[in-house]
Amino acid sequence: MRKETIFELTSPCRDNFRIMGYHFGNGEKTLAIVGPMRGDEVQQQYICSQLVNRLHIIEQRNGINKGNSILIIPSCNPFSMNVSRRFWAMDSTDINRMFPGYDQGETTQRIAAAIFSALNGYKYGIQLASYYVPGDFVPHVRMLKTGYEDVETAKLFGMRYVTTYQPRPFDTTLLNFNWQLWNTKAFSIYAGHTDQIDFDDCEETIDAILRMMQRTHIISQRPLRTAYESMVIDETTLLHVKARHAGIFRRLATTNKSVVAGETLANIIDPYNGTILCDVKTTVNGVVFFSHNRPLVLQNALLFKIYTI
Amino acid sequence: MIKTIVSTELPIDEQFRIRKNVIQHGRKNGLRFCVVTGTHGDELEGQMVCYDLAHVVTEHIDALDGTLKIYPALNPLGIDTIQRGIPNFDLDMNRIFPGDPNGTMAEQTAHAIVEDIKGADMVIDIHSSNLYLRETPQVRINVQDAERLIPFAEQLGLDFVWVHDAATVLEATLAHSLNVTGTPCLVVEMGVGQRINHKMCRRLVAGILHLMQTMGMWHLAEDTELPTPIICKGDHVTFLNAETSGVFITELKCGINVKKGQVIGQIVDPLRGLILSTVTTPVDGYLFTIRAYPIVYEGSLMARIYRK
Repeated sequence: MRKETIFELTSPCRDNFRIMGYHFGNGEKTLAIVGPMRGDEVQQQYICSQLVNRLHIIEQRNGINKGNSILIIPSCNPFSMNVSRRFWAMDSTDINRMFPGYDQGETTQRIAAAIFSALNGYKYGIQLASYYVPGDFVPHVRMLKTGYEDVETAKLFGMRYVTTYQPRPFDTTLLNFNWQLWNTKAFSIYAGHTDQIDFDDCEETIDAILRMMQRTHIISQRPLRTAYESMVIDETTLLHVKARHAGIFRRLATTNKSVVAGETLANIIDPYNGTILCDVKTTVNGVVFFSHNRPLVLQNALLFKIYTI
Repeated sequence: MIKTIVSTELPIDEQFRIRKNVIQHGRKNGLRFCVVTGTHGDELEGQMVCYDLAHVVTEHIDALDGTLKIYPALNPLGIDTIQRGIPNFDLDMNRIFPGDPNGTMAEQTAHAIVEDIKGADMVIDIHSSNLYLRETPQVRINVQDAERLIPFAEQLGLDFVWVHDAATVLEATLAHSLNVTGTPCLVVEMGVGQRINHKMCRRLVAGILHLMQTMGMWHLAEDTELPTPIICKGDHVTFLNAETSGVFITELKCGINVKKGQVIGQIVDPLRGLILSTVTTPVDGYLFTIRAYPIVYEGSLMARIYRK
């Protein structure tokens, strides 16, 4: 294991801002793994820390196959995590919407440029990501449809689902969009949660990443758990269940639960008199792929996404 | 007449509403002119422009021939909570247009806004920079729309018209979403976030009335000579970014000509009493943007200069 400072920036009043990289193995740039770009991605931070830990052990046991070089960046934004802010604390810009970056531009453009420069040229890229809508997911691999997405490799993670989606204009500045255009097979891993650590989901995700590494012959060690036969989903086919009313959200169905048409997934409670304003029901049989996880909901807010056949 | 274009329940006894003021006189099927602002909750100049415009036009309603629609707060929760974005939503509201009727509440709102405005004969989308930068009154136009929109922009009587590149991410702005549907939309930037510059606001109100007069829907504008704006096309803008992190001290305001080598300001270290770097202009030109918020990181934008 070799530790490297990928980027350093002075601050007017704080310690220096640093992005650290951990290198394993030698040879061709094979795999880069990127952790939190946002300050609330603690689940992602934990997963990266465990990957560094496990790869260090694997490397000591000569478990990294010859000719493969691996880079892990456990955090791209320690400053925001240290002050519990999701975005860059000074101006609320989102590093993950600054790619490919610009080394002569604004601060977060420079950070993105430094990260992209470190990540460029790797054959495979994995980003531990979070979604712009608050909620929990079944852990899965997500890919933008750019024409360069590699669904077959995505299945090698052995996660329950592989999803694809059409990029919108605001997605064109994401790391993974640009990574794909620069010829890296890029995958976003959604590890279930963001601002809390679910250790079971973390273990499943860590295993999935190690499994992909073993199946692509980067490492020789097999993961502990068995793989799933991944279902590939176009995200437009997921059923969206929305809130008919605003109020207090009582969730009855959590992610990965099998549900049948007509089943109540949640109640929305009147915040003044405690009565049920409405039941939130699914109109199809399926599995809860995504669920809202905040105590309050707005009218018309997205509450659930249901995977159905 | 006050109309509501979006109405959604919030969790505790409150309705989220986006409202517009429809002022109509003369031809019912005449031209429709829209003034929109408040997409970013920290940009407040548009509030005074909307007030002044509604006040003047209502007081002189006989001078109006057509329909003026004023939308002062496209992001009312952002304005109320002094934040740029929509509370509890990750994306910049001006990066989610034309919205999505099946998306999040913010995306549904963006969709409803575009549906309500499109088809107008002119839209002025007023922004006022952010907390960090001070801008001279200017119109910004995407290069794809330049030919069609510059003649309108010239009638607003502002200092500067910046024709900028067509970045993909900007396809998600309100202005772009309207312009691609054939609804002309000019973006105005001026002042600084969280403050109102009265002089600039009154100047823009006069410019809007002048543009309405040019379009034949206002008949009271004073017959005064409007300044001719600088039209900036192509790669003529120099960006000055901070070389070091620190505290930026400047005596300058934007809207002035500067000479190559002139000092724009200094970045200092309050702990040691040191000048960390001196920001100087590498070109002669017109300073149309300057840093307003003093705390800077390496890379923070300090100034933009139009190279004549």
